[in-house]
Amino acid sequence: MSNEAKPHSQDFHHHGHEDHGHEGHDHHGHDGHDHHHEETFISKYVFSMDHKMIAKQFLITGIIWAIIGAFFSVLFRLQLGFPDATFPWLESILGHWAEGGRITPEAYYALVTMHGTILVFFVLTAGLSGTFSNLLIPLQVGARDMASPFMNMLSYWFFFTASLVMMSSLFVQTGPASGGWTSYPPLSALGDASIGSKIGMDLWLISMALFVVSSLLGSLNYISTILNMRTKGMSMTKMPLTIWSFLFTAVLGVLSFPVLLSGFVLLLFDRHGGTSFYLSELFVQGKVLPNEGGSAILYQHLFWFLGHPEVYIIILPAMGMVSEILAVNSRKPIFGYLAMVGSMFAITVLAFLVWAHHMFVTGLNPFLGAFFVLLTLLIAVPSAIKVFNWITTIWRGNIRFTPASLFSIGFVSTFISGGLTGIWLGNSAIDIHLHDTYFVIAHFHIVMGVSAFFGMFAGVYHWFPKMYGRYMNQTLGFIHFWITLVGAYLIFWPMHYQGMAGMPRRYFDYSNWASFNQFEGLNAFISFVVIIVFATQLLFVFNFFYSIFKGRKLTTTNPWAATTLEWTTPINPGHGNWPGEIPEVHRWAYDYSKDGKDFIPQTVPVSPDESGH
Amino acid sequence: MSGYLAVIVVVLIFVVIFQIAKASEYVSILKGEKKAREQSNRINGFLMIVFLVLGLIGVWYCHDMLDDSMLGEPASDHGVGVDGLIKVTFIITMIVFVLTQIALFVFAWKYQEKDGRKAFFYPHNNKLEVIWTVIPAIVLTVLVAFGIRHWLRMTSDAPKESMIVEVTGKQFNWIVRYPGKDGQLGRRNFKLTNDSNNPVGQDWADSLNHDDVIAPDLHVVVGKPVKLIIGSRDVVHDVGLPHFRLKMDAVPGIPTTLWFTPTITTAEYRKRTGNPDFVYELACDQMCGNGHYSMKANIIVETQEEYDKWLATQVTQYSQAHPAPEAAPVAPAVPADSTKAVAALTK
Repeated sequence: MSNEAKPHSQDFHHHGHEDHGHEGHDHHGHDGHDHHHEETFISKYVFSMDHKMIAKQFLITGIIWAIIGAFFSVLFRLQLGFPDATFPWLESILGHWAEGGRITPEAYYALVTMHGTILVFFVLTAGLSGTFSNLLIPLQVGARDMASPFMNMLSYWFFFTASLVMMSSLFVQTGPASGGWTSYPPLSALGDASIGSKIGMDLWLISMALFVVSSLLGSLNYISTILNMRTKGMSMTKMPLTIWSFLFTAVLGVLSFPVLLSGFVLLLFDRHGGTSFYLSELFVQGKVLPNEGGSAILYQHLFWFLGHPEVYIIILPAMGMVSEILAVNSRKPIFGYLAMVGSMFAITVLAFLVWAHHMFVTGLNPFLGAFFVLLTLLIAVPSAIKVFNWITTIWRGNIRFTPASLFSIGFVSTFISGGLTGIWLGNSAIDIHLHDTYFVIAHFHIVMGVSAFFGMFAGVYHWFPKMYGRYMNQTLGFIHFWITLVGAYLIFWPMHYQGMAGMPRRYFDYSNWASFNQFEGLNAFISFVVIIVFATQLLFVFNFFYSIFKGRKLTTTNPWAATTLEWTTPINPGHGNWPGEIPEVHRWAYDYSKDGKDFIPQTVPVSPDESGH
Repeated sequence: MSGYLAVIVVVLIFVVIFQIAKASEYVSILKGEKKAREQSNRINGFLMIVFLVLGLIGVWYCHDMLDDSMLGEPASDHGVGVDGLIKVTFIITMIVFVLTQIALFVFAWKYQEKDGRKAFFYPHNNKLEVIWTVIPAIVLTVLVAFGIRHWLRMTSDAPKESMIVEVTGKQFNWIVRYPGKDGQLGRRNFKLTNDSNNPVGQDWADSLNHDDVIAPDLHVVVGKPVKLIIGSRDVVHDVGLPHFRLKMDAVPGIPTTLWFTPTITTAEYRKRTGNPDFVYELACDQMCGNGHYSMKANIIVETQEEYDKWLATQVTQYSQAHPAPEAAPVAPAVPADSTKAVAALTK
């Protein structure tokens, strides 16, 4: 990589955004000096167009959703762990959905479905990518704000509206959607087939449609900002890996979310328009339905064409942040920067070519299945490169253990564990046994649930000082990390064995099955750990909100001694980020421990006697 | 009451943890940031190695403890191949798992920040990166090759001598149809479906249907390939055969197939496991509604004689749908989902 400054991006910026750029500079430059000018409560905290405030909005909304989604998992784990026990307080909160203190199957399936939907979309997509893409893209590429602050604001408010609709579905009489977060038709298409497929399903689809709009508005903004608004000298290869990961995430979202939306629209037509896109030859509740010629499998293709990239939409930002945090806290450059970018690119491309590995047992043409096996296992190669590079990054480092770096190390650990089981499931001849068992639950919870959460926690602890000008409490962070890491493994590791024993997912009760009822004790143990881990997350939430107001104040602009641009802004940057000129960039983001210096910020020009790399 | 107590205890624990955390923050300010960091580095570095050691012991312990709860030997020829592939994959991934986790946590412990330690500026090493691109690629190619070979074998056309059985899913049980003496299943038309006497919509105009038998359980013959023709009446279900290591979705409107050769009779499996109540179960493995968890059929693997004897006792669905006027009505072979319907029918 060359260290010479390449001014072309700045030129591009000026040509492409001449008016906006200049106006923005002047206006915001002024704004930075003179804060209270025309900032009302509404424009500052509610309908804000400042990317930093929007990031906080995404984060806090995501945290609220995470508490709800995780709490749902505690509720259904109570049923799985203690199927014979009654919990009278459940009836107090769930009413007839938990008559006598025992969750009904209807409520169980609704809880499972909402847990998945909330965590996958509202927390790990909007809460993770929405928060950190918004916060870090302008700050790290050196821009005053997003390409379109207004679209950015709309992105949040579409998400907020989607949240309201999803939330309201929890309170309708027939309950929320309950056909699983994948909502396969015909189950999700026919109100007669399941109580959750009545109005709750409509609200689910409407909410998800709004969510897709939010995601697209956000992603288009991220892409245009990264491509067009980098500061002088910030060539693509000088960008921190965080920015690369956000770029690839956004590209994935833009290309795959519309396909999901089309799938949902067709489902709405089938539900209310009398069409038969997904419906054929049905006999439900004693009645022959008129639909013929549709394909239930079509929906699965449309769904997984997003659904698979979606897992990379979730994990890529975490990967980017972990790369950054490991480098900063190891006081070493990230190992193999170009290989990291290259592997993320490979993952992005391959992400579109593996979706049918979710469908090996749908009656898919076996030859096509073989093709998807090949491509799926191929995607393990870039993932492996990334893992080896992270490990080499901490090798011979001088590692500082902050909550952020601990969670990053935890991320690598869980990503390895969950990634390796992907090699099992990606092989159709193994999947034919393990498909839809607890093995799958263990796999994806570790690799995209726990890992992505670890990436998110790492990001929150690391950039909290940038967001609020204060630190989060470290000791609480350490406690949070160790309990969560141990707990996550205790919860999900044994599930691999349950899956190998053939135990199917999404069962309300296993007691009638001679094949699966031997795990009673284990189920109770897992549920017990779930409760402890959930309580520990509340500790994090408390730490977060407490530290916003009472955390230890920052005394330096660069608390982690990092090289990237966000730490050149004031402790509490105003709208526009830099009070004066936007700094110019002269080098990549990973000059740590180079030539005997602890770190060299990106803004420092390359001196002639500096060694190359 | 105990509920409130539990809440109070939890809140108290929270408060204590918080006070400790707050106090440690003040202490670290008093001590100076550097000293505090040294201490937390030592503690967390030590925990890294503790976690690694206890974790690896835990992995072994978990494997050992759950060994008895696993499925027994596979009861089909395909299943043997699946288990073989799982074994190979298990060994390879376990080796990688142990090595990488050891590297990760040992490095984290060993290279924790210390006075006088200098981080090593090491931005890239192309040779190293090529090595760890190529080696996983080769290993994965081997796994893909084994996997695809077995996959194509399992999903190949069923042998000609296979017996044919049709399995249809409905909310929330299975309907199994046998072709009768002619060995062929009659035509279906979903519009003719009714729960009283035609649960899978057999077209009586097709004489092949006349000797077809419907039962709630799946009877198959040991050593004889069986081809399942799988369908659904309402939503997507999945024929899950854990003991045979197989699975196939049941999709309304799109028939799927699955074939295998059962290798161990139910009686033999009972003997081998020493469990006189052992029974092969067919589980629904695709979320199909609120009764998903109860959607079960039994599988009986038996000898040809036993099968023939059983089949001979079965009444064809045709004769149930077309009872001779003097004959007493027979209860449908498959219970309808709602008990009310059954009651009405048996009257």
